[in-house]
Amino acid sequence: MSNIEFVRTEMLPEKEPPASTVGPIGWMRENLFNGIWNSIITVLFVLAIVWTVLSLLGWGIQPTWNAKSLSECREIIAATGYTGHSGACWGVINDRWLQLLYGFYPLDANLLSAVSGASAAEILADPRAHVATPIVMILGYWRLNLAIILLFVGLAPVLIERAPRKLLIVTVLFPFIDVWLMWGGSIWGPAMAFVGFVLGYFAFKILAPIAGTLIAVIMSAVVPIIWWLFLSGSAASIFAGSPIDLTLEPVSSRQFGGFFLSISIGVVAILGSLPLGIVLALGRQSDLFIVKALCVGFIEFIRGVPLITLLFVANNLLNIFMPPGTNFDVILRVMIMVTLFAAAYMAEVVRGGLAALPKGQYEAADALGLDYWKAQRLIIMPQALKISIPGIVSTFIGVFKDTTLVSIISLMDPIGLSNAIRANQEWNGIVWELYAFIALLFFVVCFSMSRYSMFLERKLQTGHK
Amino acid sequence: MKKSVILGAITVAGLAAGAATAGTVDDVKARGKLNCGVTTGVPGFAAPDANGNWAGFDVAVCRAVAAAVLGDGTAVEFIPTTGKTRFTALASGEIDLLARNTTWTFSRDVDLKFDFVGVNYYDGQGFMVPVELGVSSAKELDGATVCIQTGTTTELNLADFFRANNISYEPVPIETNAEAQQQYLAGACDVYTTDASALAATRATFEAPDAHMVLPEIISKEPLGPLVRHGDNEWGDIARWTLNALITAEELGVTSANIGEMANGTNNPEINRLLGTEGNLGEMLGLDADWAKRAIMVEGNYGEIFEKNIGLSTPIGIARGLNAQWTDGGLIYSPPFR
Amino acid sequence: MTTLTDPPRESFRLSMLIYDTRYRSLTIQVVALIGFMALAAWLVSNTANNLADLGKEPSFAFLNEPASYDINQRLIEYTSRDSHWRAAGVGLLNTLLVAVLGCITATILGVVIGVLRLSNNWLVAKIMTVYVEMFRNVPVLLWIVFTMAILIETLPAPRAFRGDNPEASMLLGDSVAVTNRGVYIPEILFSRSLGNVDFFGFFNVSLDLIAIGAVLIAGILISKLITRRANVIQAATGDRPVTWYKRLGVICIPTLLVLWILGYHLGYPELKGFNFSGGTHLRNSLIALWLALSVYTAAFIAEIVRAGIMSVSKGQSEAASALGLSSRRTMNLVILPQALRVIIPPMISNYLNLTKNSSLAIAVGYMDITGTLGGITMNQTGRELESILLLMLIYLTISLSISAVMNWYNNSVKLVER
Repeated sequence: MSNIEFVRTEMLPEKEPPASTVGPIGWMRENLFNGIWNSIITVLFVLAIVWTVLSLLGWGIQPTWNAKSLSECREIIAATGYTGHSGACWGVINDRWLQLLYGFYPLDANLLSAVSGASAAEILADPRAHVATPIVMILGYWRLNLAIILLFVGLAPVLIERAPRKLLIVTVLFPFIDVWLMWGGSIWGPAMAFVGFVLGYFAFKILAPIAGTLIAVIMSAVVPIIWWLFLSGSAASIFAGSPIDLTLEPVSSRQFGGFFLSISIGVVAILGSLPLGIVLALGRQSDLFIVKALCVGFIEFIRGVPLITLLFVANNLLNIFMPPGTNFDVILRVMIMVTLFAAAYMAEVVRGGLAALPKGQYEAADALGLDYWKAQRLIIMPQALKISIPGIVSTFIGVFKDTTLVSIISLMDPIGLSNAIRANQEWNGIVWELYAFIALLFFVVCFSMSRYSMFLERKLQTGHK
Repeated sequence: MKKSVILGAITVAGLAAGAATAGTVDDVKARGKLNCGVTTGVPGFAAPDANGNWAGFDVAVCRAVAAAVLGDGTAVEFIPTTGKTRFTALASGEIDLLARNTTWTFSRDVDLKFDFVGVNYYDGQGFMVPVELGVSSAKELDGATVCIQTGTTTELNLADFFRANNISYEPVPIETNAEAQQQYLAGACDVYTTDASALAATRATFEAPDAHMVLPEIISKEPLGPLVRHGDNEWGDIARWTLNALITAEELGVTSANIGEMANGTNNPEINRLLGTEGNLGEMLGLDADWAKRAIMVEGNYGEIFEKNIGLSTPIGIARGLNAQWTDGGLIYSPPFR
Repeated sequence: MTTLTDPPRESFRLSMLIYDTRYRSLTIQVVALIGFMALAAWLVSNTANNLADLGKEPSFAFLNEPASYDINQRLIEYTSRDSHWRAAGVGLLNTLLVAVLGCITATILGVVIGVLRLSNNWLVAKIMTVYVEMFRNVPVLLWIVFTMAILIETLPAPRAFRGDNPEASMLLGDSVAVTNRGVYIPEILFSRSLGNVDFFGFFNVSLDLIAIGAVLIAGILISKLITRRANVIQAATGDRPVTWYKRLGVICIPTLLVLWILGYHLGYPELKGFNFSGGTHLRNSLIALWLALSVYTAAFIAEIVRAGIMSVSKGQSEAASALGLSSRRTMNLVILPQALRVIIPPMISNYLNLTKNSSLAIAVGYMDITGTLGGITMNQTGRELESILLLMLIYLTISLSISAVMNWYNNSVKLVER
């Protein structure tokens, strides 16, 4: 046995790593300057960023927030001695941001005049001369603000896991309340529409044990339709004049505009396209040849043509397709076409989810003796929809962005409004400021949606990997 | 039955919808608002301000009609239309009246089934060029790049004009006046062509209007006027005679200032007939006796509307020219109120 | 004890149509078909009634009338006296042009950005992320009008090139002029041209181009033969002969020869009168649309490429280097073929989206099919139904053809499963 004295019996204390591999310096060596090429690229990119940021700041930081016209902006900028290409004229945003957000939606002048003391007519002529701008925004447009808050509260139980379950009541009710808030009129119209759904539900509950599922399903569709067609209108008009009525000043959808128009078209399309898309996807997967052919035809047709042609249809042709004399509002027509458009894309996303599901899941559902609808509801759909979440959200984002196309058929979305604003003598010649503001609005909404979907994806990743 | 399907669907959506088969007058009265199609924006003719209130020469016509029918000049829903969407909007019943500097042509009147109710502005297609280009006639524009607003008659006139004179050009089609102006000012086109009135209006908003000139050639006749759907003569009459009332008021010296006094009765029977103190013209139109008085009171008579929105005292500064009363050598001429 | 009884011999009852699964699917389908046909009949009869009321009998005859408007960018001969048909044809070619150009640049840009997003340089990766998020989350229409505004506002007008001491000057030895009306580049001219050949009286194709194309294709085929022979030799002897100069030669020499015979020279743009004349004029509207569609779609393609590359497991590249493959060959032979299978299907839908988004050309005045047939023609003739139907049909045909071609390609690279 040789002696082992030279073997160390205790460990040396750990040394600090070399300064060049830890901390900011180490990180930079690792990530920015590892090699000659990378170093050159890093330096070039830094220079490019600095140049871009500096020139943007030079353009953007101008004391023009309070200017009342483009020529005033030019005077202010000339007075500062700025020598660049041209400076930003933020006065247009100051002047028009409420319009870009809410369009021509009528202010609640009575409420504002109660707050400020000025008369309603004065308020309507120039609200911001009498009331502070944030108050104009919050109180003047309280109906729209409330509608949007209700939308978020209603969606909370779906979006956030920990939201109280009681909020589901809001989820059920908010579409009807929002319709009432946005379009005004008597509350009994939307309320009676809601009653139709309640009737359908009870028809199903009562008939299902007596007459079997299929009859119950059919009746749960027929009863509300009969109600809506023949009874709801008169029921609503009975209540409409009564003291228990709540009425808001009616607003025609032609007065919708600005970012709010984009949001309302987007939300309607998103809420409508998901169920429709699921039905279409199931139809496309179905064994029934004719049903399948119809669904495939619809999906491929809609996906094969650009949205703008569908908007042309909404604008020019939908009235021709309807019985002579019917005439409904262009925004409703646009909402219908955008919903159909979104549904075709949604169907493909859901179909992808269905196809990605292992065949064993279908077989297991069959083995348990579940019928088609039960299997879909309990086994297939929950999993298929979970797989398709990224696709569903990116379809949502795409549809929301595509709502800007309505400006081409002369609806006043933010881009349409930007043209109307530029037609004014004061702001004739403004370009960048408006586009930058609009781009920012869309970016904030779309970016948050995509972040949310990534969060959801991570959260729902159960097992499998 | 079928209509009720649609109505049912609309009840679900909580939206009000109307059937446009009944007379337009009744629709307008039932609605309490006039749906009036205007441009998406030409300075002086129609543009919304920061509070969403529309103003301009075309807008005034809408307000006058609304005042005549509904008694309230503000009961108008302004519906912006582009050159592309305007006719569909009118044909589909989405708007009741299109007051959007639209040229009265044979095919629009006959083939597209509209009725022009008169002419509120006699216009012609002109060319605007920068002075520094050194061009004094449109015939010198060989090889020039020309900005045009697409969806208008100007497109067709332009093709015909250059073809007839055997000179070449490069068309740059543009959707709206604002964009056309942007391109023209940046030098992306040498010439901007559209109706001379719109050229003047656009030029007036430039930083340096004097650096631009409108060429002397007017290459087309562009009688601009409000129009309604073909076949509803009752409504067409109301629009036509409201416009004529504005014109006659100017001819007879009835202004928004003195109308209150004149409405008490004057020695001129035609004024009395116009203002409803004599005869029953209003009743014949299906309106009340004061209809014309209200129409004139909203924004004044034709001359006042012109001066207020596009006249020489405004930045746009258009001279009356062809649009003077016939008594002053212009073409503005209303049939008699009798 | 078991009792075996015959199943009750049922005769057909009406309720079986609903409750018996043998018949139920048939019932549902018949109901669906009847419903669909009723809906279609209802729509068609409404349309017919409405059109009769309006006095517009559906007819495509208006397409034979003279269009009487001018189109600035025409790939085939067109004057304002030609028919609406031909105007639509000019528009269709413009649509295809911008779609093809857009797909090519979007792919190149997208692949570069997708790869750079995986760069180990933190800054580069972050900037590419910013690029992707910025373009994906803002509407494409906004990018199109924005790009157009940038081109118009920041580039010099042709008049800036004029005078003794011009503010702007042409690039690359006076051969390229970048103006806010577009870019003028030298055009290819032949002094001993072979002339044109007329196709069905509809469009002309230059014989020169056909000749050059034929020689080029022949050269490429011969070069393929040479490669194949090299493979055979390599398989037999293990040595791969050096062939690149032969392949280069068979492609280039005959092509250059043909060019010389045809009298190839460049026509340079020159400032004459109001505009540059001569040379090829890439209009602003084309450039704005092309650029905006490319950078927008590239953001989506970058994500697809990144996902594709990340989907190839690391073991694959390690195995490739264990086999001694160079990094270029690893990429070409191992990574890309596997990544492509993931990349291609979403890529198809992005190409389709780009083509469909090209219909936004209308916002910048680019005269594509939506601008001609769905724009001026529809507007001047008032034939909405016919124009829109035809427009949709054309887009549908384009989309279905692109999917057909791309699906065929996808099938050819798909993993053949056992």
